[in-house]
Amino acid sequence: MTMIPTPTKPWTASTKDRSIDGAIFLVALMSSYLLVSLTPLKGKLAYFVCFFLAYAILTTGFKGVQRGNAAAKDALVNSLVAIGAIVTVIPVASILTTVFQKGLPGISFNLFSHDMALATPTDPLTNGGLLHAITGTLTLMVLALVMSVPIGILTALYLTEIKGRFTGPIRFLVQAMSGVPSIVAGLFILSAILYPITKAYSGFMGALSLTILMIPTIARTSEEVLNLIPNELREAGTALGGTQWRTVAMIVLPAARSGLVTAVILGVARIAGETAPILLLTGGGDKVNPNAFNGPMGSLPYYIWKSFNAGSPEAITRAWAGLLVLVGLVLFLFTTARFLGARKVSK
Amino acid sequence: MSTTELVIPAPREIVTEPRRSDKVFRGVVTGGGLSSLAILGLIAIFLGYRGFEVLRQEGIGFITHSDWSISTDDAGNVLDSRFGLAAMLVGTILCSLIAVVIAVPISVFSALFLNFYAPGWLKKILITIIDMMAAFPSILFGIWGFLVLMPSVEYWAKLVHRYLGFIPVFDMQVPVFTRSPFVAGVVLSIMIIPIITSVSREIFSQAPLDRIQAAYALGATRWAMIKAVVIPHGRSGVIGGAMLGLGRAMGETVAVFTVLNIVFQVNWQMLLGAGGNVASLIILKFGDASPYEIKALMAAGLILFLLTLVVNAIANLIVKTTGKSGR
Repeated sequence: MTMIPTPTKPWTASTKDRSIDGAIFLVALMSSYLLVSLTPLKGKLAYFVCFFLAYAILTTGFKGVQRGNAAAKDALVNSLVAIGAIVTVIPVASILTTVFQKGLPGISFNLFSHDMALATPTDPLTNGGLLHAITGTLTLMVLALVMSVPIGILTALYLTEIKGRFTGPIRFLVQAMSGVPSIVAGLFILSAILYPITKAYSGFMGALSLTILMIPTIARTSEEVLNLIPNELREAGTALGGTQWRTVAMIVLPAARSGLVTAVILGVARIAGETAPILLLTGGGDKVNPNAFNGPMGSLPYYIWKSFNAGSPEAITRAWAGLLVLVGLVLFLFTTARFLGARKVSK
Repeated sequence: MSTTELVIPAPREIVTEPRRSDKVFRGVVTGGGLSSLAILGLIAIFLGYRGFEVLRQEGIGFITHSDWSISTDDAGNVLDSRFGLAAMLVGTILCSLIAVVIAVPISVFSALFLNFYAPGWLKKILITIIDMMAAFPSILFGIWGFLVLMPSVEYWAKLVHRYLGFIPVFDMQVPVFTRSPFVAGVVLSIMIIPIITSVSREIFSQAPLDRIQAAYALGATRWAMIKAVVIPHGRSGVIGGAMLGLGRAMGETVAVFTVLNIVFQVNWQMLLGAGGNVASLIILKFGDASPYEIKALMAAGLILFLLTLVVNAIANLIVKTTGKSGR
């Protein structure tokens, strides 16, 4: 009877390797504690840095002794790469926890039912709210949406369906446009429309500048989505005798629908918290103002900015509460876009 | 005699000319496509037009000297004015360079982690987090940076000053660590990490798979493989991503304004609490600016626009050529 050898997996970590890894981890943890208590270093960040230095040195040294130079370098890079990923995530965690911690005490019902017409940022939190800011931000978003969606999608259609002479330059310009600083967009509307024509702050001016910032996001994401539509669909449309216009309108766009919605939502998320042009253009009123074309219009970024600069503890709490609402809005938009984007091409 | 006569319809004329509806469609789409050109052109034209007067009066001094003063009489007529952006330009470049120097290693390491180290589930979560970070509004980074990050950054700045103070850029005469370009640079670096990470990740993921596997087959460790295959492939892409981040950092307004102390004096000492930033200058001076000063701010906006446009254009060219060359 022949023995059937059990297949071995020499590449997986053995119990010994695992326990050595664990030991190194613990030693690094202890030495970080020792370093922090023995040297004048202090703070959470110091623990973190010491721990990683200790861990990196220990693993590198150990692997070097065990397996030689190449393995030592590999171990060093292993820990560096892990640090990179962790350092990238730490700010997000810190930002989210801070916003929730400091913003929640400021959240109350009257925040959503009152505006600041009869209150100043330094008043106790029971006075006033950010109703005007929420309605203002929603108005700005809708206006910017109405103006930027056609232009953004037309640009994407030009890049994917027409592919004319200007495809290269336009793709380049759209990318250049996505790098335009938001304050420059604000100054442009100020110089081109507000000073010569309307001469008054209004929500519409703010929406115009947001449109400029939104177009490139929509155009680039839509282009990616439209590129995913299989060419067979277009050819089938043409083969059935459809003109290009009919093919695009009846076949390509419906097929890309959910992807296009994702593109639009990402564009909105991009501009929801945009502050600089809002500060220049909307005038930031304290009252609910349903008319975007007349009179100053408040918005969440402006409210946060004003409260933050007022400086008193109540005002700072107001600013954090505003930030919490704003972050909630952005995260909601972002999650919706993710959810829809998971199926880029609908059936 | 009855014969059924075969009726042959006259062949339809074959034309290559598109129908009218298609002509209209192509016209509309091309018009929409050209709007980006129109908008960028209009931005340059209008800012230039508004700022022309100031630019002509100040000449080259607008970017070489660093006073920013205007005096008017009671009627609002301009008596004397002197506008110079030198301190602000130096500050902008200093802050964004600090940001890029901090952000690039972190981003490259995390992009490597995402592509070659992380298991699938972790990769998915991390990519979502990084994309989410890119969607955070800048005012959030500003206020968080001011209230949460600044105390610890100051502490590290003091350490750097004590032990590395002999290097000129870390030196300072007056020990004021609050609201320094270094703090602004750290905040900016956090803001540009997502974009550099995602550009690098994209470039790294295009590294030729056959070479990666060949390297492993020859017994390379993961790092040896990365050094031999991924880095040569992605080097210029990372540079492009870094420049994209640089452009972003240069144009950032609100976050920098919250954490930076703006002083009209050229300052290269990054730990000293005195810096400048073109975009923040515009926010700072806009509130109570006279019409003539607004024109100077427009000119400053034009300079900022051209600066970011050039940086972005170079970055995009680099990223595009790397993406194409493939291997």
